[in-house]
Amino acid sequence: MTAALDTDTALGKPIRRKEDAHLLHGQTNWTDNIQLPGTVHMAILRSPMAHAKITKLDVSGALKQTGVVAAYGAKELGELNGGVPCVWPVTDDIKMPAFPALAIDKVRQVGDCVAVVLATSVAAAVDALDAIEVSYEALPAVTDMEAALASGSALVHDEIETNACYVYKMPCGDYEASRAKADVVVARRFINQRLIPIFMEPRSVVAAPMGMSDEITIWSSTQIPHVLRVLLALVTGIPENNLRVVAPDVGGGFGGKLQCYREEILVTNLAKKLGRPVKWTETRSENMVATHHGRDQIQDIEIAATKDGKILGLKVTLLANMGAYLQIITPGIPLLGMFMYPAIYKMDSYDFTCTGVFTNKTPTDAYRGAGRPEATYAIERIIDELAAEIGMEPMELRKKNWITHDEFPYTTVAGLTYDTGNYEAATEKALAMFDYDGLRAEQARRRASGDPVQLGIGISTFTEMCGLAPSRTLGALKYVAGGWEHCTVRALPTGKIEVVTGTSPHGQGHETAWSQIASSILGVPVEDIEVIHSDTGRSPYGMDTYGSRSLAVGGQAIKAASERLVEKARVIAAHQLECSATDLEFVNGSFHVKGDPSKSQALGAVAFEAFTAHNLPPGVEPTLQAEATIDPADFSYPHGTHLAALEVDTETGQVKLRKYVCVDDVGIQVNPMIVEGQVHGGVAQGIAQALFEGAEYDEDGNLLTASLADYLIPSAADLPSFDTATTVTPSTTHPLGTKGVGEAGTIASTPAIINGIVDALRHLGVTDVAMPASPQTVWRTIQAAKAGAK
Amino acid sequence: MIPVEFDYVKVTTIDQAIAALKSGGEDSKIISGGQSLLPVLRLRMADPSVLVDCGGIDEMLGVREDGDSITIGAATTHHAVMSSPLVQQHALLLAQATATVADPAIRHRGTSGGALAHADPAGDVPAAALALNASFTIAGPGGRRTVAAKDFFLDYFTTAVGPDEILVSFSIPKCDWGSHYAKFNRTAQAWAIVGVAAVVNVEGGVIKEARIGLTNMAPTAVRASTVEAALVGASSAADITAAAMHAADGTRATSDLHAKADYREHLARVITARAVRAASGI
Ligand SMILES: Cc1cc2nc3c(=O)[nH]c(=O)nc-3n(C[C@H](O)[C@H](O)[C@H](O)COP(=O)(O)OP(=O)(O)OC[C@H]3O[C@@H](n4cnc5c(N)ncnc54)[C@H](O)[C@@H]3O)c2cc1C
Repeated sequence: MTAALDTDTALGKPIRRKEDAHLLHGQTNWTDNIQLPGTVHMAILRSPMAHAKITKLDVSGALKQTGVVAAYGAKELGELNGGVPCVWPVTDDIKMPAFPALAIDKVRQVGDCVAVVLATSVAAAVDALDAIEVSYEALPAVTDMEAALASGSALVHDEIETNACYVYKMPCGDYEASRAKADVVVARRFINQRLIPIFMEPRSVVAAPMGMSDEITIWSSTQIPHVLRVLLALVTGIPENNLRVVAPDVGGGFGGKLQCYREEILVTNLAKKLGRPVKWTETRSENMVATHHGRDQIQDIEIAATKDGKILGLKVTLLANMGAYLQIITPGIPLLGMFMYPAIYKMDSYDFTCTGVFTNKTPTDAYRGAGRPEATYAIERIIDELAAEIGMEPMELRKKNWITHDEFPYTTVAGLTYDTGNYEAATEKALAMFDYDGLRAEQARRRASGDPVQLGIGISTFTEMCGLAPSRTLGALKYVAGGWEHCTVRALPTGKIEVVTGTSPHGQGHETAWSQIASSILGVPVEDIEVIHSDTGRSPYGMDTYGSRSLAVGGQAIKAASERLVEKARVIAAHQLECSATDLEFVNGSFHVKGDPSKSQALGAVAFEAFTAHNLPPGVEPTLQAEATIDPADFSYPHGTHLAALEVDTETGQVKLRKYVCVDDVGIQVNPMIVEGQVHGGVAQGIAQALFEGAEYDEDGNLLTASLADYLIPSAADLPSFDTATTVTPSTTHPLGTKGVGEAGTIASTPAIINGIVDALRHLGVTDVAMPASPQTVWRTIQAAKAGAK
Repeated sequence: MIPVEFDYVKVTTIDQAIAALKSGGEDSKIISGGQSLLPVLRLRMADPSVLVDCGGIDEMLGVREDGDSITIGAATTHHAVMSSPLVQQHALLLAQATATVADPAIRHRGTSGGALAHADPAGDVPAAALALNASFTIAGPGGRRTVAAKDFFLDYFTTAVGPDEILVSFSIPKCDWGSHYAKFNRTAQAWAIVGVAAVVNVEGGVIKEARIGLTNMAPTAVRASTVEAALVGASSAADITAAAMHAADGTRATSDLHAKADYREHLARVITARAVRAASGI
């Protein structure tokens, strides 16, 4: 018997976030705020070259500087120079070159760590870097993926004799047959540019030997304290049971802190070696080159269809830039997108090939959406191009091909089974909010009058797979970990509740949402629930936070553990109330004897009985707690319809976003305000890829967008007020009916913007525009189209 | 990053400042709002031994009326300048340009004098100062001198203020012409790709005189003199657009990540026409 969800509970209410007061009052505990006595500060000498031999490295000069405690190059560090782990060898024959924390003999990216100095102040450590003698002999930099694969290219890693990391194929159905049957085949090459995750709090790590015991505590600004503990144990050889990893307040991550970084390895090993706390906090300049990057794919996509718009097949050929080394899940990122190119559309065949390519650039890895934004971008762009090719309204083409609500559960050509969805409902609602017809009329007027400012309408009807993930599926994809999540719920003697979760929030609002879930089952007010997280000492089991998994997976564990706790309490309460457990109903946090309102016992009272243990039923152990470790039955498939109206100034190329409407279906919402916040931030980040952000390198492999003056991130002033709404189609594979929301906005919004720009300019002959669609890029695209039309 | 170690002196008179600069030798530098200097120090692109803070010198703070002109102390913050009634009434263009500098936090620290002395070719204040015919009061070991706007900006990050000198204030002849500063940039807080500062004297629907300063079209802010000449007598949008076609004449636009030179030149023409139309109401 499970406890029913009480309808009049905190669940589903837009209550304010518990965690905000301390954030807003400056009471946060960032890693860099941690001041331990005796701390030494680490500064890193980084490579200024993308590819070079280290011909000389002498750290002895640094040792003579005031305040310096130690200095190491790879040679001095010896076996403490641990290797950065990669846990996703996607194919049997993948090339996995070594990635030592400090470069050995050769540097392979600007920002590679060459040497470290440890000193009693940050200033002393930074000053002493100048006293390190280092010289390099430049090697040709590998910066272009296609050139990297050509024969005769310089090699990023000589020992593997190629720059190809792996080739992954997933043929589904017979694409060549679909192509042969097709009236129309539209092919495009899209560049999904490299992005840099810009979180507000730069990375920071402190490691300290804890004196009395052999324990080393590591505080890190990470998304993954639990996974990091396992990996640090494997890399450093320090027994896992002597490592405690804490993620204090973490100021954003977006995937960029889903990593086991070389700096984390160095700080941990050096704290152990020196026997004192070691601290390192990156500067924004280091952040730009040394935090992993995202995206960076060349996408060749081809769609085959009938002339009346029935999609037959899809072919996708990717080059995915790994950068100089493989980090935690670098090779797997494109595969997270692999399943999603067919998106919401029905088709007979789908052919996917991805080649991972090494280059002398910063390694890539997860960045909000990880693989799925790339997939959604390519499919939603090519759908618009197909619509233009056959002269069909782009929304009509989508409607003709999407899975209808009565076809769920639906197994896609890529082999995923989407449990539920209702693309019609979300689209209908979005169109009504948008004034689609009115805007199309205005567009026609502006075109007719030759207005220098043209209007475009961009569509994105997206879905994605998130809630990583069923462990069995991850195993089949060769990912070396599971996708389960853990929760322990404790009723303390005073009636207060502790919810111990394995998720690791860094801005999402888990403390509030998890309290709402537990409150709705336990009948205890949200204020009386404390969520404990992000500390392997207090919350020993977990798989952390990424891939929109925390609610979708972790929420199930909270529900199950809470229900188990109620069941244990029911047995104790029945004993106390001298009735049978089945005679009890649990309402608003109290057990009541059915038919006898005078007999009841609140959960808090049961907890106290469980604590004193004076009068427990036979066989029932003291204390009132329950745990659950849940492996999700499937991924979660949120979807939605996003519509953008934007103005393109054809004289300057500047794009002004006028209106953005999105209707997202994330299933049951635990807290609609938090959902809206996630959508807002996500949409902004996706728009940023379309219009503003893009890491640029020169041909020598120098990062040109190496500061926030050149790598432009938008602020509120650059974006309109978004009109957000939702439809609710509960998930049937997730017991709470929820789906993930953390990445949805980012996945959806990028193609909506680019489709809108192309839509505004199509009558001028424009059929594509590169990202980011900067004014210069758009202006040159218009010029080129005009010249071509002449 | 962390700057190289330096000494810091806060002074209360110009004489003290000059003395402090002198005793610090070649390596000493004035610090005003620190909004341009500190990033340079933190990136270790400069390592002065002494910073002399002029924020405590009364004469360098605030906006005063001086007969036919207004005088702005060099250490007056951007925020104070743009919200000064005197500036808004007599040198509106300066307020308009200043309002586009960075964001409110930076405008509450950064100063007009710092921006002018720093002379970043992409800075917004110099073009407005040029168009408004500002004159600059500079103090040094040899006393004080006044430099006209056209002689003030010499090259990239280089002005008439010598290493041992201080920019005390700048004066702007009162100007009640129509004015507009058009800044073309990619995000609200980004530097200008191109900026156009225009003041236009219109009588009876006809432009009598115009002065136009361009941001980021050369190593320093420059006047678009060919456009200014061509605008005299203009009375229609078409006239203005035609005159603005000369906006890139004589400029030395550079190429960077956000704009190649040809695009910058194109933008200068488009944005100049827009700025002049907004300033003139034509
Ligand atoms: C993120 C950011 C964005 C920005 N965006 C813009 C923008 O969009 N547009 C724009 O115009 N500016 C922008 N700025 C720069 C801003 O306007 C600065 O305030 C200004 O350039 C310098 O003023 P300051 O008072 O901070 O000078 P400081 O940084 O203190 O000094 C700058 C230089 O001038 C010298 N100096 C200062 N005062 C004097 C003086 N009285 N006499 C002689 N020398 C002096 C200093 O020695 C130093 O070399 C931005 C700054 C930042 C940090």
